[in-house]
Amino acid sequence: MIGTGKIKQYANVLDKPLGKGKQEVSLSAFAFLFSELVQYNQTQVDNISELETRLEDAGYAVGARVLELLCHRDKGNRRETRLLGILSFVHSTVWKVLFGKVADSLEKGTEHEDEYMISEKELLVNRFISIPKDMGTFHCGAFVAGIVKGVLENAGFPAVVTAHFVPVEGQQRPRTTILIKFAEEVLRREARLG
Amino acid sequence: MSIRAYMRKPLYDSRDENSIITVMARKGMLDYGSKGCMDTNDSLRVASLWHSMHAISQQLSPTTGCSEIELLEANTFDLHCFQSLTGTKFFVVCKLGTRHMEALLKVVYKLYIDYVLKNPFYEMKMPIRCEVFDINLTQTVQKDRVALLGR
Repeated sequence: MIGTGKIKQYANVLDKPLGKGKQEVSLSAFAFLFSELVQYNQTQVDNISELETRLEDAGYAVGARVLELLCHRDKGNRRETRLLGILSFVHSTVWKVLFGKVADSLEKGTEHEDEYMISEKELLVNRFISIPKDMGTFHCGAFVAGIVKGVLENAGFPAVVTAHFVPVEGQQRPRTTILIKFAEEVLRREARLG
Repeated sequence: MSIRAYMRKPLYDSRDENSIITVMARKGMLDYGSKGCMDTNDSLRVASLWHSMHAISQQLSPTTGCSEIELLEANTFDLHCFQSLTGTKFFVVCKLGTRHMEALLKVVYKLYIDYVLKNPFYEMKMPIRCEVFDINLTQTVQKDRVALLGR
């Protein structure tokens, strides 16, 4: 019969290997969904910082799940214990899976020991969004900041993560920077580990 | 002033309320070359006039099945209009004989879907105040200008 291929039938569904899944999702579909997420949250809050908090919470949930998935799929169940390890994991693997490319750069903050920055020319989630002038410093990248926070906290590196616009000379659109500020205990542990 | 209008057979039958997006008149923008810039009130007036004319053209046609006015040629300017499948109209007023305006309108339509409709802060049917849309629109017109006129 045409069509009966040699697909191995697994007796137990748990034995089936976890596929990589579909690698691509329509950008337009995501843009519309994200736009609706922002609009929905706008109706539920009174001010801008609450809106950012809500977006961050949404991202946090994504981050927690992405961490589990990637640890199993891409890293062979190895756990990151060092700061630079987890940061480069976020910077390359997580970004590659979520946005299709690694982040533009990862820098250590000069002023404070506990600050690190991931910067991007333009976040994928922000590509079609123009913030009106009266919304001030609001950044839809709070969603991505939430994702990073979710990944870091669930990996055992509690941190405060925020997204900022950094104006660049000669360009109309500012760069985006995700600022990660680790908690005290993380730095202490890192120092102990040497 | 002589006005000739070209009409086209429809792809579908639109019954819903149509919104009009004016490409050039909205901003009084320097880069669009100049003299034809209108302020918001004027552009709203022009847009509503155009919408009515567009609707009347369907009854004016001697043959059945006309959907829109595609081109309006006057003595000193051309007005090209593009209607999307949803009935949203884009029109551009340009100098007599400028070519490739239909292509420009299609590009503008694409920019509209990307940078306006996917923007969560844009309310439907309000004037467009999206920065990214403006930036890309300016770039497109500049590029076009260089390509067509060499300046």
